[in-house]
Amino acid sequence: MEPVVHLRDAVALLGRFPALAGVDLDVERGEIVLLRGPNGAGKTTVLRACAGLVPVVRGEARVLGHDLRRDNRPVRRRVGLLGHATGLFEDLTVADNVTFWGRAYRAGRDDVDAALAVTGLSTRLRDVPVARLSAGQRRRTSLACLLARRPELWLLDEPHGGLDHDARELVDRLVRQAVAAGATVVMSSHDLDRAEALADRVVELAAGTTVAGRRAEPVERDERAAAAVTPEQGAAPTAVTHVA
Amino acid sequence: MWRDATLVAGRDLRVEARSRVTVNQVAPFALLVLILFAFALDPEGPVLERATPGLYWVTVLFSALLAIARSAKLDEADGVRDALRLSALDPAGVFAGKALAVAAELVALELLLGAGVVVLYGADPAGVGLLVATCAAATAAVATAGTLYGALVSGLRVRETLLPLLLLPVLAPVLIGATRAFDAALGGVPADGWPWCGLLAAFAVLYSVAGALAYGTLLEGS
Amino acid sequence: MTATTPAGPPSGPPPTAPAAGAAGAASTAGGDAGRRPPAGAGPAHTGSAATRVIGWLALASLALLVLYGLIISPADREMDDVVRLMYVHVPSATYLYLGCFLTTLASGMWLWKRTPGWDALAETGAEVALVFAFVTLLTGSLWGRPTWGTYWTWDARLTTTAVLTALLAGYLALRRLDVDPDARSTRAAVVGLLLVPNVVIVNRSVEWWRSLHQSATLARIDPTIEGDMLVALMVGFLALGLVFAWLTIHRFRVAWLEQQADRVDLDAALAARRAEAADGDPHEKVTPA
Repeated sequence: MEPVVHLRDAVALLGRFPALAGVDLDVERGEIVLLRGPNGAGKTTVLRACAGLVPVVRGEARVLGHDLRRDNRPVRRRVGLLGHATGLFEDLTVADNVTFWGRAYRAGRDDVDAALAVTGLSTRLRDVPVARLSAGQRRRTSLACLLARRPELWLLDEPHGGLDHDARELVDRLVRQAVAAGATVVMSSHDLDRAEALADRVVELAAGTTVAGRRAEPVERDERAAAAVTPEQGAAPTAVTHVA
Repeated sequence: MWRDATLVAGRDLRVEARSRVTVNQVAPFALLVLILFAFALDPEGPVLERATPGLYWVTVLFSALLAIARSAKLDEADGVRDALRLSALDPAGVFAGKALAVAAELVALELLLGAGVVVLYGADPAGVGLLVATCAAATAAVATAGTLYGALVSGLRVRETLLPLLLLPVLAPVLIGATRAFDAALGGVPADGWPWCGLLAAFAVLYSVAGALAYGTLLEGS
Repeated sequence: MTATTPAGPPSGPPPTAPAAGAAGAASTAGGDAGRRPPAGAGPAHTGSAATRVIGWLALASLALLVLYGLIISPADREMDDVVRLMYVHVPSATYLYLGCFLTTLASGMWLWKRTPGWDALAETGAEVALVFAFVTLLTGSLWGRPTWGTYWTWDARLTTTAVLTALLAGYLALRRLDVDPDARSTRAAVVGLLLVPNVVIVNRSVEWWRSLHQSATLARIDPTIEGDMLVALMVGFLALGLVFAWLTIHRFRVAWLEQQADRVDLDAALAARRAEAADGDPHEKVTPA
């Protein structure tokens, strides 16, 4: 079956700068893949390119069956991108934001309500302007917006960043639920312990390329067992493929 | 497209409702400008009275700059542009929605300023039909051109100074037309004013089309 | 060479107009030569055989203009010597509009084709137009002084030119911004594309406006042109047209070279980036603007 994400030697530009200088990435449906690498390696750009926001100018790039080289717009509706930025309107309430984005993404009323419920945003919080929320609460709101559109591919850029323990747990839980429901997840994170416990496999990036220039080979492991294990209890090591 | 426009217009107006910037800041500013004009020109003599249409529209234009800058700023918020690109919203619809929201705010301002000139300058609102039509056409013209140029400078560090420089020369014909139409209405010869109204309407049409077409490109291009 | 065409080959497509057209079409007045960008790799300087020819012709015709304008053509019955300004003022206004037209055309083509030559041409058109705008304003103002005693009259053409100058200033300000070049070019192109429509609207409304007040207009006092005066005017068109062409070609080449200098060879940049992976300290990286 065709992989959900297929990048081969992909080159993507931010202005004139080749943020991605030849990335290989294959992600199968239902996988959770962690992108790892130093700052500036291109992790964010890979995620944005997969979302169809950054054009890929060389190589192959297919996401969810769409050829990103030809037109990167159709894929946008089918992915959910959670970036560093919140994508929220400060002056509007949580409910306003999720409703607006829900409608903008053509999500159904039920999906919006379910998303609000599942991200643990209490009814009390829903009428609070976003400007008054904490970072964790904002991240939950952004997550709710993402959830409402029920994307087939989740692209999470440091989803654990700046969150407290409970919020990070929530993120992990939502990711697993999404995968169980058939979605695919590609993420980057600096919370490596947690992320490696969550992920099925890890892809190492450096300076805009997949290190060693070859596909990361997945090694099977029982992720259900790992899911039951919290990081504190010592997670089973994920399959890590990188060149030292 | 219209559904998207309504959605976006609703959002912009809801932001205004919650933050009340237009009400609390732009409206007082507009009235203040009217008052300053009275200080600058002798309120007792005939100058202020004859200049009323012009002063009115100059005030509207300056206030519009503030309203448009604010409207554009909404979509510069953290990550909103990305989210808009990822959404299923039609860029033309987003443009139309934002222009409608700005237009609504401008209409409110114009009514307020209208009351202002009647009270402060002693203007006598005759030829109401022409006045209303002119306001409608001029508002449409300012809102559409403004939203387009607002998007053009969106996100730039120098946007506060660049927007007036780009937009005011473009709106010069609107100022001319609206003022002449008001002159005709207040002077009791409405027939003279209608052609100007037509010019304003044509301007609004041009910029509606231009904005709808260009907005998508601008969203992507930067 | 452009590195940002999605799905396009990274080695830049040359400008779509035929190469070296400047040489052949050079001598015609009216600035047609300016529309043909020169092909290929950067010359050492922006002069060439074509521009030297044009330059000399321009100087010659300017001399001729002085001759005709100041000496041979007679002073107008009503306006005396002041009418001589017209030989510069009218062509200047014409070339101003031509420059604006170039900018709008090039902006539209850039938005369509995205070849850098059009972007350079758009910038060129606006800058040359601005030069002629100043000339028009100056001559118009000088004309006003002896005729009505003021340096400025709210004449329709003059006022339109003033607004047009503001429009051009705004456009050029936008072009000078320190942002990603492609974003800048896109935004500028939208403004540029609207330049001619804006000018038309401004022109219509100002003329209409000034016609309501039977005030001093340069146009209304345009004298009947015949004989030597007609010749002088034609020489004016010729001379200023050659100047326009000369300025446009040079400015275009400068813009073109600037873009070439800016342009990063994608392959070289890729090689550099990949080399980082091998040995660079990843924490030292700075993303260029």
